Amino acid sequence: MRIVACVKFVPDIQSDRQLGPDGRVVRDGGDGTLNELDENAVEAALALAEEHDGEVVVLTVGPDDAVDAVRKGLQMGADEAVHVLDDGIAGSDAIGTAIVLAAAVRHLGATTPVDLVVTGMAGLDGLTSLLPTALAEALDLPALPLASSLTVDPAAGTATVVRRLDHAEETLTAHLPALVSVTDGINEPRYPNFKGIMAARKKPVTTLDLADLGVDHATVGAAGARTQVLEAAPRPPREDRVLVTDTGDAGTRLAAWLVERKLV
Amino acid sequence: MTATPVLVLLDHAADGTLRTPVRELLTLARGLAGDAGVHGVWAGGEDVAAAVPVLAAQGVTTVHRLVTDADVHLSSVLADGLQAALAASGSALLLLVSSFENKEAAARLAVRTGAGVVTDADGVSLDGARVVAHKTVLAGTWTTSCAVTAPTALVLVKANAVTAQDAAVPSAPQVVDLPVEVGAASGRVRLVARTEHAASGRPDLGSAHVVVVGGRGTEGNFAAVEELADVLGGAVGATRVATDEGWIGHDAQIGQTGVTVAPRLYVGAGVSGAVHHRGGMQASGTIVAVNSDPDAPIFEIADFGIVGDLFTVLPQAASELRRLRG
Ligand SMILES: Cc1cc2nc3c(=O)[nH]c(=O)nc-3n(C[C@H](O)[C@H](O)[C@H](O)COP(=O)(O)OP(=O)(O)OC[C@H]3O[C@@H](n4cnc5c(N)ncnc54)[C@H](O)[C@@H]3O)c2cc1C
Repeated sequence: MRIVACVKFVPDIQSDRQLGPDGRVVRDGGDGTLNELDENAVEAALALAEEHDGEVVVLTVGPDDAVDAVRKGLQMGADEAVHVLDDGIAGSDAIGTAIVLAAAVRHLGATTPVDLVVTGMAGLDGLTSLLPTALAEALDLPALPLASSLTVDPAAGTATVVRRLDHAEETLTAHLPALVSVTDGINEPRYPNFKGIMAARKKPVTTLDLADLGVDHATVGAAGARTQVLEAAPRPPREDRVLVTDTGDAGTRLAAWLVERKLV
Repeated sequence: MTATPVLVLLDHAADGTLRTPVRELLTLARGLAGDAGVHGVWAGGEDVAAAVPVLAAQGVTTVHRLVTDADVHLSSVLADGLQAALAASGSALLLLVSSFENKEAAARLAVRTGAGVVTDADGVSLDGARVVAHKTVLAGTWTTSCAVTAPTALVLVKANAVTAQDAAVPSAPQVVDLPVEVGAASGRVRLVARTEHAASGRPDLGSAHVVVVGGRGTEGNFAAVEELADVLGGAVGATRVATDEGWIGHDAQIGQTGVTVAPRLYVGAGVSGAVHHRGGMQASGTIVAVNSDPDAPIFEIADFGIVGDLFTVLPQAASELRRLRG
């Protein structure tokens, strides 16, 4: 079974994240990291590959330092890495990124078929959660998004997931090849150990550009984006803030404050 | 003013009642549509009758009821239906409640049609004929506005973004059946099981005006949190620690990987305010925090912070609120 795990390089959410004048997230290196939620995708892919004797390719689309994201995937145990790098990709929205990823998955599938594409549930920078299903659509694959559990039945050639939504819990199944996005509750991602880190140094990272993938520049990047940020500003600090230490009447004071503010 | 109607996806429960945020979206849509009017799209086999009085009060002129044998709970089928409804209504702007399911359908629709998508918007306005969506990003620390440059705009709007108001003049909504051609791809996922969550008697977490949240500091005792929530008519939420410990169901988890809330009032008790949690609540109107640790990060974003024990502060607040109300 051949599994492609899509990963993203994002600014660390513990760092002071900023938007630039163009309204894009500032990615100036140093505090970038593999999107935490994609570690769950890599873990899910590795676990399936171990169970069903498969191989895992980690795939990313992004600027130079995005290669760190796939390297982390290799250290965790992936077999192969692909980094799609092209200036024309800058400014892509989720849909544009899905188009590039889809072309890369097709490119990989041309040599050896891809049975499963796994992604995280969201990127911790934009948090749109649009990418997984957009990618499935661009690849014309069935999608099993937001999996909190995932099983593959190789004999039947199916994948089955359980997912929790705001109002319901669902079980979905589809024939492979398919796309699955996983939540952070599905597993506990492994830490790369020394052996994994050493082995990763010898594993190949293939770099591809838009021409290699046959992607039309007009459909991706800022040129292809269907949305344009007009304004971005730090949210003004909250005013009239109150901080009290309870000396026995803080609950009463809170009640009075809520009434005064017409919040009850 | 747009020359086209604004289309709204009418999310509803299994008994046919509209989800609370839908009224907010219809109110928003009315302001944007002007004379072109507001259309709704009804997905699923449930009877639309229960919703019609609300739709009338909101001034909805036409409801496109999707007719298909396929399951509209599948994103691909819903995308097929929304595409048909956009065509039938002649609309260039579709508003949806910002939920995971709706995001899945919107993503597919965008790839199919070239539409532009904005998720988690907290406002929508028009700049000439261009749709501009407003949203806070990076865990509520930045505000942005974003124009849709594609001819069709799909905007997913957060609950509590606007205050729902009835139209000055009610309408008599026309319900029209819209047969949906389901694409070959839509049959490839099978919905094996779907269990609706039992109603809790409290408002929906995602759309409640008031949310009271318990964290590790409750040590598993949510009684004080529930009591205050009930006095305030609010929903009960939790941090991931509380749900992982099994103190409360997973669907109560607020945060970047749980429910995103933006109520008028958020009360966090025994919640430290870790960045993962803040991502799901920092856009709340007013934030109250009760925590015994004066250095808890949640105090950095609290409008009213109390350094104290939640087991004394919450019951006292609840009883005082009851007294003030008489
Ligand atoms: C990938 C990832 C995703 C995550 N997603 C989420 C998410 O979506 N949502 C989420 O919430 N978390 C999420 N987390 C976890 C998050 O990082 C924090 O661990 C979590 O939010 C902390 O929960 P807490 O505030 O209840 O507990 P703690 O951080 O342990 O805080 C408990 C607080 O209670 C206070 N306290 C103790 N006793 C009392 C008392 N008697 N009265 C008053 N105060 C008291 C303490 O002073 C402390 O500040 C995620 C983590 C990861 C790695």
